[in-house]
Amino acid sequence: MSLVESVLQGNRLALARLLTQVENETQQGLEALNRLYPYTGKAHIVGVTGAPGTGKSSLVNQLIYALRHPPPGQKPLRVAVVAVDPSSPFSGGAILGDRVRMRDVAGDADVFIRSSASRGALGGVAASTANLVQVFDAAGFELIFIETVGAGQAEVDIAHLAHTVIVVEAPGLGDDIQAIKAGILEIADIIVLNKADRPMVDNAERALRMMIEMASRKPIPAAENSQSAFPWTPPILRTVATEGTGIPAVVEAIQNHRHYLQTSGEWERRERHRLQSELENLLRAALMKRLQAAISPEAYRRILSELVSRQLSPYQALEILLDGGKQ
Amino acid sequence: MSERKIRVLIAKPGLDGHDRGAKVVARALRDAGMEVIYTGLRQTPEMIAEAALQEDVDVVGLSILSGAHMALVPRVLDLLRAQGQENVKVFVGGIIPDEDIPRLLEMGVVGVYGPGTLTEQIIKDISAAVGELNQPAQH
Repeated sequence: MSLVESVLQGNRLALARLLTQVENETQQGLEALNRLYPYTGKAHIVGVTGAPGTGKSSLVNQLIYALRHPPPGQKPLRVAVVAVDPSSPFSGGAILGDRVRMRDVAGDADVFIRSSASRGALGGVAASTANLVQVFDAAGFELIFIETVGAGQAEVDIAHLAHTVIVVEAPGLGDDIQAIKAGILEIADIIVLNKADRPMVDNAERALRMMIEMASRKPIPAAENSQSAFPWTPPILRTVATEGTGIPAVVEAIQNHRHYLQTSGEWERRERHRLQSELENLLRAALMKRLQAAISPEAYRRILSELVSRQLSPYQALEILLDGGKQ
Repeated sequence: MSERKIRVLIAKPGLDGHDRGAKVVARALRDAGMEVIYTGLRQTPEMIAEAALQEDVDVVGLSILSGAHMALVPRVLDLLRAQGQENVKVFVGGIIPDEDIPRLLEMGVVGVYGPGTLTEQIIKDISAAVGELNQPAQH
């Protein structure tokens, strides 16, 4: 039986091995993605982002536990996680430590956590993240969390990957000027104010609330084709993830947001946007590869030297390279 | 791009009180270009085997200071084999009496490291053990 068939039948070892193939972009991995694609499109993809140490992993741990143990009458969801941590820019190695916080869900066969190194990507996720999510989606996981690297202000790629984005904040990280800056807070569908037992939590919530009220909330990236009948205002929810406080409200907000997406037409719009952005990323990488193949290393080095010695400007070098490196 | 990284799980089974040694090793492997999944203190063998499966690692490094290695290590090895990961290389570090080392190696452990081991040695042994994976992938 092929790896793809084993994955579709729920074999966890096959799933783990296929994820490796996909992450390494092997021929086998890419062929599997083609075969799995028709099975995708069912999962609710939830991004979890925020500064390092705000408690993203602890929150995800609690959210998975809550989704696996829902109130009576609700079905427990099959949950997967792609947890991204940064690769070293020097050695290419990485410490992937998100599992340390995700121990309450060990031993549950309907939970699958995969750690992934960013491998040089700068937007808070790895180049392979979308593909790993696709494999989980095809394998029948109903809710897939993407936990980004500890993100600063501008790591907003998650907005192109997820249906619902949770931004995790903590008290004491910045004043109200930080809250009105462009960037990560703009992409939030749900804001979680974690470590809410800390001092300054009222100040932090006030700053966030002010930001939400000031924002003329626009759907990303453009408003013109939005069919939203009613706008979504990101709720600000207090939690203490290490103790499980406030978690049911976050689960409810995730469900509410999904309902909002599906009833407002926003789901289709985000799906379209998500797939478009994925396609453009692939296109960019493929064109780059094609360009690199078209230009000899010697010509490339020569152009680079002329750039360094100021004989060529960067834009002149660009023209020559796009022309196939001929001068 | 399509580069094969060595993936290592560093885990601490049992009831050890600290994990300084495990973190030093994890950091050294990171600096050697490996992707190290770190799971923290007080893991059961079942949790370790499950993490090894989900992460599809090439290597599991077990750090044990408590003296319970003769109970914990075979359990992890059995679980890995039972789930089809018999090809995963298992290393053990920590406080291991000399007389236990041959018995651990006999069980299938690839290397045992006590205090004072140079991290360079561990890196070299891991790279050799997963040598066939370490070759550059075809582009």
